[in-house]
Amino acid sequence: MSIISIRNVTKKFVGITAVDNANIEIAANEFFAVLGPSGCGKTTLLRMLAGFETPTAGEILIDGVDVSTTAPNKRPVNMVFQSYAVFPHMTVLANVGYGLKVTGVPAAETRQRAEEALEMVQLAHLGERKPDQLSGGQRQRVALARALVKRPKVLLLDEPMSALDAKLREQMQLELTRLQEEVGITFVIVTHDQDEALSMADRIAVMQSGRVEQIATPELLYESPNSRFVADFIGKVNLLDGQVTGASDQGVTVDVAHLGKVTVPHSDHAQGPVSLAVRPEKIRMTVSRPDSGLFIQGRIVDWAYYGDTSHIRVQPASGLPMSVTVQNDTRSTIDNGDVGDQVWLSWQAEDTLVLDR
Amino acid sequence: MRVPRRWVDPLDYAGRTWMRAFFGMVFILLYAPVVLMMAFSFNDSKRNIVWRGFTTKYYEKAWNNDGLIEAFINSLTIAAINTIVATILGAMVALLLWRFRFPFKSAYEGFMALPIVIPEICMGVAMLAFFSRIGWPTGMPWPLNLSAITIAHIAFSFPFVAIVVRARMAGFNRELEEASRDLGASEWQTFWHVIFPYMRPGLVAGALLAFTLSLDDFVITFFTSGPETVTFPVKVYSMVRFSVTPEVNAASTVLVVITLIVAALMLRVQRQGQADSP
Repeated sequence: MSIISIRNVTKKFVGITAVDNANIEIAANEFFAVLGPSGCGKTTLLRMLAGFETPTAGEILIDGVDVSTTAPNKRPVNMVFQSYAVFPHMTVLANVGYGLKVTGVPAAETRQRAEEALEMVQLAHLGERKPDQLSGGQRQRVALARALVKRPKVLLLDEPMSALDAKLREQMQLELTRLQEEVGITFVIVTHDQDEALSMADRIAVMQSGRVEQIATPELLYESPNSRFVADFIGKVNLLDGQVTGASDQGVTVDVAHLGKVTVPHSDHAQGPVSLAVRPEKIRMTVSRPDSGLFIQGRIVDWAYYGDTSHIRVQPASGLPMSVTVQNDTRSTIDNGDVGDQVWLSWQAEDTLVLDR
Repeated sequence: MRVPRRWVDPLDYAGRTWMRAFFGMVFILLYAPVVLMMAFSFNDSKRNIVWRGFTTKYYEKAWNNDGLIEAFINSLTIAAINTIVATILGAMVALLLWRFRFPFKSAYEGFMALPIVIPEICMGVAMLAFFSRIGWPTGMPWPLNLSAITIAHIAFSFPFVAIVVRARMAGFNRELEEASRDLGASEWQTFWHVIFPYMRPGLVAGALLAFTLSLDDFVITFFTSGPETVTFPVKVYSMVRFSVTPEVNAASTVLVVITLIVAALMLRVQRQGQADSP
């Protein structure tokens, strides 16, 4: 049974629809991410789960109970805020114990549970500190402990990593995953960072201008996006416009400039103008003409070296330049080409997706 | 041997001689009159012009001046009531303006701040006209006879409190409030545990302002006070009309000391409050 059911939820503010008819089912103990560009409505969705906004239409069920209009302090969910919202005038221990104190938990039990929660986020030694004596990462741990000490059914996280530097972010991502497994409750995280969502979440909902575009596991989302937006938002993608000329059991046949008529596996119905999508890392770059697969010739216009990989842009005879990611898996890779060289790009038909234009 | 020239940092103003001279002058102009007044309260002379020796007899004289003492007590009473009421009222107005949206909010905000910009003399005349028009009872027993002055003081000092508290609340992170609600606190608990502690330095500053505004107000008080309700500034004014005696100096010195003590106490509370906030 799902712990959270978001059914036909719409949220309208004056002049804009922040969330447009969203339907999401989140299973118990799931690490669920809501991903989208800023302004896509993901934070509004989270705030409706927390109770800071009420849906204009539709209903939200938490553990089978309709909480659409329940006050935030009456919901079995707790939130880690983007700014962490650690109370500045309280010690770390008082911060963590706050949620227990205000709900009438006895002082002794409050203290004990707060200390346990601090231990869980490895801050047991800092209980008497004030928040302004903590680093950003430590403050986030306080916010986490403060939310988890309430033993909520769902933990909501609003862009929790946005204020941390890259190294700390990676560390916290691992730690969040560990914590989620340890406490065994549902985590719902809102983020605009695709790496964050891909690396931590069990499932991801991608949102765009208020609508849920796709809900899938990270692998499915990356390898089988169902729209141009999702394909483009998650990772990089090369899009080649073409026309469907026929369909068979092997897939659809698409006529694309410079590629000719190619047949790619595609189960759904496709017609008229479409785009072929292929990820940069699925493309091979060679000097000689490849024997099989789909291939296209072009000239290297750009070469960005990243150490482990190189990102190369190749301009075909016409159309948009294509991105290729080359693994620098031998030390000699650097000699493989240079800006201005003529090269062949090739990839397999089964690595190609057909997306509506 | 070369003596190294002392390097003066561009921002190290105190390192420049002309700056020090300027600072010194400002200090002298600000505090010399006050220091002089305090010094001459110990002067053993009626005329208060030439130093004739140390005495504390004018403190004794001021202490035995029943009219002066009564005015003094009146002033402190009015200031105390004014501080409490104006601070509560001002804080509530500040919260209203900070927290809620309602029609004609900006118009209300403007009207609320009017007492700050209206010339005091106009306020005084208006208060006088108002109280006599509605027939505010006079001749009531103490402290009810101070009600007109107190109401006038509250009317002009609460906007100052509101503005100070509002400015403080502008820096409040609304997520703190949401976090409190999220953790299970009611709105009332949220106010006392989260919003109020943040508001406190603003309240202290506002209260201090209200206290000193009331204590030394002359113009508005002059218009609203009757023969039986004389406050300290009004009393001093009437005494000075004859001559500035060391007695007035002595009473003023006591007032300055009381104000300083109150200010120091409140600043200490405020500093504690500020240490608690980011």
